[in-house]
Amino acid sequence: MLGEAWHAMGANRMRTALTMLGMVIGVGSVVLMMAIGQGAQYAVAQTISTMGSNLYIVISGSTSTGGVRSGGGGGPTLTVADAEAIAALDGVLNVAPVHQGTQQIVHGPNNWSSTVVGTTPPYLEARAWTITDGYPFGESDVRSATRVALIGQTAATNLFGAEDPLGQTIRIRQSPFLVIGVLGKKGQNLDGRDQDDTVIIPLTTAQRKVFGNPFPGTVRLIMVQANSPESMPAVETSVTALLRQRHRLRDGQDNDFFLRNLAAAADSAAETTRVMSVLLVGGIGIMNIMLVSVTERTREIGIRLAIGARRKDILSQFLLEALMISVAGCLIGLVLGLGGALLVNSLTDMAIVVSGAAVLVAFGVAASIGIFFGYYPAHRAAALDPIEALRHQ
Amino acid sequence: MPEPAIRVVGLGKSYATAAGDFPALKGVDLAIAAGEFVAIMGPSGSGKSTFMNLLGCLDTASCGDYFLTGRNVARLTGDELAAVRNQTIGFVFQGFNLLPRMSLEDNVALPLVYAGAERAARRAAARQQLARVGLADYAASLPSRISGGQQQRVAIARALVNSPRLLLADEPTGNLDSHTSEEIMRIFCDLNREGITVVLVTHENDIAAFAQRQVRFRDGLIVGDAPTPRTADAAC
Repeated sequence: MLGEAWHAMGANRMRTALTMLGMVIGVGSVVLMMAIGQGAQYAVAQTISTMGSNLYIVISGSTSTGGVRSGGGGGPTLTVADAEAIAALDGVLNVAPVHQGTQQIVHGPNNWSSTVVGTTPPYLEARAWTITDGYPFGESDVRSATRVALIGQTAATNLFGAEDPLGQTIRIRQSPFLVIGVLGKKGQNLDGRDQDDTVIIPLTTAQRKVFGNPFPGTVRLIMVQANSPESMPAVETSVTALLRQRHRLRDGQDNDFFLRNLAAAADSAAETTRVMSVLLVGGIGIMNIMLVSVTERTREIGIRLAIGARRKDILSQFLLEALMISVAGCLIGLVLGLGGALLVNSLTDMAIVVSGAAVLVAFGVAASIGIFFGYYPAHRAAALDPIEALRHQ
Repeated sequence: MPEPAIRVVGLGKSYATAAGDFPALKGVDLAIAAGEFVAIMGPSGSGKSTFMNLLGCLDTASCGDYFLTGRNVARLTGDELAAVRNQTIGFVFQGFNLLPRMSLEDNVALPLVYAGAERAARRAAARQQLARVGLADYAASLPSRISGGQQQRVAIARALVNSPRLLLADEPTGNLDSHTSEEIMRIFCDLNREGITVVLVTHENDIAAFAQRQVRFRDGLIVGDAPTPRTADAAC
């Protein structure tokens, strides 16, 4: 029967090729889309990991004064004491209260606008910052509000050029700061903002000398790092419960803070749906051509029945044809899809990830669709009456 | 008396039409002994082709019995009928009915595919039958490359490839000129001499003259059954 199906396919190459084309395009585009999609996910995951992993950001809540509502971070609801209490919770690795903003920074004749982050030492570990030169500030610097700074690569280049920034003085809002460390390079974050355009200083210094703070002891946001991805849900629950308790919120009262997850899990369900719909189109193409083929070859079926073919012979011939077309189409589509992915990779900087599981799924689904959509036409062919089929012109 | 090759009893066939059931064959009785050469004759619409399709197990009867070498095939299921068509009967059509995109050898070997024969055995048998009808040199050609008479010889080779004892032909010379027709009829005569029972449908008297016996149909009934008069020099 394999020979017969093969023969029938070879006998009308144009029809076979066109049928296959549907499958080729279906599988090819799925493989290409998945390679690019997973590549993009991989790139996002890379970027997220530069921002620090397993992070939550707690932002102080909105306030409303005479009907004017401020956005998140507007109200002085979070305190340094809140941060210290969170640090004592199970599953929490690092906690850093943060006060940040954009400031003009001056060094000699140069000046540069950069993000100034006032925080505590655990911030460096939470955000995965490294120190390439010099040393970080410590808890004592935060307690005594010393004027020391860690400078990011972009800010350093713009202020110092080729000069070594270590040991030099920069001015932020007229206050001199001693550069005691240079931060390692991170690149852009998800917004496209340059993470290296940063100056990190002790939280207390930032609040007293740079930003000013009308509510002493409060912060706008607290960065919380869980010790593993698995403990994140538990940390979210316990942080929320703790803050509600500390802020004396009654049941039914809204949180006066926001808890945000930096790395939301990518939704893979959408991907699967897309794969299915593309392959379905290819499968219906197969069914369409097979149905036309059955009508067109009614006489052939009649001749085969007349010389002794059983119904199951006809059924298996047409099923095998559908299967062979879909599998061959799959293989060609796979090769073209992978080739396309490599081409995209070489022409652009886009990351490409080809997973064996994705390829197997595309292949399995395509083959099943071939059988599924091949069955109906095959069944129709096999149900023909010999004499009726022979009379067909 | 030995069991006849073919015996039909009250065989009838009706077709459902818009105007109600149309009886194409109104219950006929006939016996054909093994080794006979019989011509079925009659005008268009006489029921002779319907009768032939029933004999070839291509169609199923509405009523009556059909004994093929003693076995009642009127009661068989689809797969059993397929086996009968494959093993017991060779059928030759007016329109040759070769598969256009297959080589002559593959066409002739096709019944063996459904008989489950090995590839090598199929090749050998197909070549042998092609040689028997004088077309061994054309084994690899496509049907469209040869003449109508040659195509009909290929169709005969295909009908013979499973060594059936019964050869049925429905107007085998209907699409051929008189010279080629005679060549085809000579082949049927030769096969009949080798012991194969031959039944053919025709409406031409000079074709029927090759047979030993002529059965005439009219309006779905047998109206005549007689030996061929031994006068024509064309006879076998």
